[in-house]
Amino acid sequence: MSEAAMPLWEVFIRARNGLSHKHAGSIHATDAEMALHAARDVYTRRGEGQSIWVVRSSDIVASDPVDKDMMFEPTASKIYRHPTFYEIPDDVGNM
Amino acid sequence: MSGTCETIMASNQTLFSYVLRLADDHLILSQRLGEWCGEAPTLEEDLALANIALDLIGQARALYAYAGQVEGKGRNEDQLAFMRYERDYQNLLITEQPNGDFAHTIVRQFFISAYMDPFWRRMESSKDEMLAAIAAKASKEVTYHLRHTSEWVIRLGDGTRESHERMVEALDDLMMFTGELFEMDAVAQEMLQSGVGVDASDLKAEWQHTVQTILQEATLELPKAGHMQTGGRTGRHSEHLGHILSELQYMQRSFPGLTW
Amino acid sequence: MYSQGLIGADGQTHEDAAFLAAFQARIDAEQKIEPNDPMPEGYRKTLVRQISQHAHSEIIGMQPEGNWISRAPSLRRKAALLAKVQDEGGHGLYLYSAAETLGVSREEMTEQLLSGAAKYSSIFNYPALTWADIGAIGWLVDGAAIMNQIVLCRCSYGPYARAMIRICKEESFHQRQGYEIMIALCNGSKEQKELAQDALNRFWWPSLMMFGPPEGDSVHSNQSMIWKIKRFSNDDLRDKFINASVPQAEKLGLTIPDSDLKWNEAKQGYDHGEIDWDEFWRVVKGDGICNRERLKNRRRVDRDGAWVREAAMAHAQKRRARMASARIAAE
Ligand SMILES: [Fe+2]
Ligand SMILES: [Fe+2]
Ligand SMILES: [Fe+2]
Repeated sequence: MSEAAMPLWEVFIRARNGLSHKHAGSIHATDAEMALHAARDVYTRRGEGQSIWVVRSSDIVASDPVDKDMMFEPTASKIYRHPTFYEIPDDVGNM
Repeated sequence: MSGTCETIMASNQTLFSYVLRLADDHLILSQRLGEWCGEAPTLEEDLALANIALDLIGQARALYAYAGQVEGKGRNEDQLAFMRYERDYQNLLITEQPNGDFAHTIVRQFFISAYMDPFWRRMESSKDEMLAAIAAKASKEVTYHLRHTSEWVIRLGDGTRESHERMVEALDDLMMFTGELFEMDAVAQEMLQSGVGVDASDLKAEWQHTVQTILQEATLELPKAGHMQTGGRTGRHSEHLGHILSELQYMQRSFPGLTW
Repeated sequence: MYSQGLIGADGQTHEDAAFLAAFQARIDAEQKIEPNDPMPEGYRKTLVRQISQHAHSEIIGMQPEGNWISRAPSLRRKAALLAKVQDEGGHGLYLYSAAETLGVSREEMTEQLLSGAAKYSSIFNYPALTWADIGAIGWLVDGAAIMNQIVLCRCSYGPYARAMIRICKEESFHQRQGYEIMIALCNGSKEQKELAQDALNRFWWPSLMMFGPPEGDSVHSNQSMIWKIKRFSNDDLRDKFINASVPQAEKLGLTIPDSDLKWNEAKQGYDHGEIDWDEFWRVVKGDGICNRERLKNRRRVDRDGAWVREAAMAHAQKRRARMASARIAAE
């Protein structure tokens, strides 16, 4: 009864030109071409798409939540990367 | 004066027939595909088949609405779609053939899409503006149907021994219904001559090329063309149509004249 | 389209107090939990169970309405119904995907459904007998589902919440579709209106049961609330549903089949008659008129599709092999 699992794919959709592709969800498909068809048939039924990417879920390299502090904490103190860090007199105008 | 008037009447009658039969093709095929809802081999394919069926219903509605307008007797899309007798439906025989297994459904859809794809593309330059507009929309839809079914033909033909055998059987079962696609009866001839219709007989070479290219990749062969069945355009159907209509028309027949 | 409270939840968990406290702090701070985040085993198990039950419900739920696609009374209704049932298939698909992020495969979940081990919403074990049932199902069953699903959009588990947001967007046409069918029936002939009333009579109580029995002080349900998997009690949602539905029935000129139903000025809501929870448990446990048929259909579909899935997998395998040997030949 138990059958081999069909590969899982992540679907990314560009809603309009000018926007980046955004994760929409997942589908199962045996190969890339069928994955594109499935993504189209499942995730663009209401005019949501102009372009589709599909990526084998197993090909995605993800950061480990355990490393979250190491990965993302150090940046919190670098406030000089943000424009509000710098004091410019109001009469200079927008900058 | 009266002479001209009669010509217009006659060609209106022909146009009505021509549009109506196209509408019937799409309605009956969509009715068949709708039977797959909830039954497909994967969830993804369940949605894919429903998408194709919805495209076909949309095309049928546009065509019936236009047919009703051409006829000018006030019949709307539903009266045309639901309230006729078996012998009045003029759909191609292949559209009413049972779904069978997934191989049969895919071959049926593949054969029809490989035909409708060039059909609609040519219809886009019809002198009839309404048909040209319907064609412009439909041709994009059917191009995808052809692409999708082609991918399946390739996978099932060149998949497992079982899938290959099922495809061979489906091709054998459906081949005899493909001759009708290219027939040109008096209605089609008149429409062609007036620049409204498409020369279906002229689509055969392209159809064969499309079908054979994909079948070859699928390690399948197009069966030898034996005797071709015909009759859909004159309302001589297979036994299947009656059963389709008994479901399709159930509500309209049980409760005549009501609005739903 | 599903909405029943989780059936047979097991929120038991074995982590140490510090781990649980840290996790609870994240939940209390309204942080979403994402797939690879550390989480209590009980949280994971409760979610897998709830999301897969929800997915199974969407898939089984295609059957009663799918039964009417070929007989829809107009082309407009046919297109809408097919699109709606197709949506339900999509909902099942989104939800299976969400559950898969918790480490269970769609194939495993399907096997649990087909073996009868997994539950699905009992509403789908009631038959759709007439066209009016398609109206009643859209109006009441999807209506009840939406009531529940809107709150699930804020569920603490990210992938489930995101799936629910997509589903809710799509659901919004389902209920309108159903109610529009009811309007047409109620504005129609005497026999059409009778069809509508009959459908309401049969679907009203099962729709109320969709929210699940009152939790009382069920430990499992409380745990689901604490983990913010669910946010309202079954009774609260049911009351909301009744309060919304009664005026809708009045607009249609239909009578809700509950002689005890009356407005309660003090609570600004309706009091309703007693729900037959024996019937509910009987149907959940397999003794509805359609239970066996629904599962049998699903097993048949799975069996009939197996050769197709096998063939597609075999073809992909062949392609990879061909590409590999072409690469070797080129080297
Ligand atoms: Fe739902
Ligand atoms: Fe729904
Ligand atoms: Fe749904």
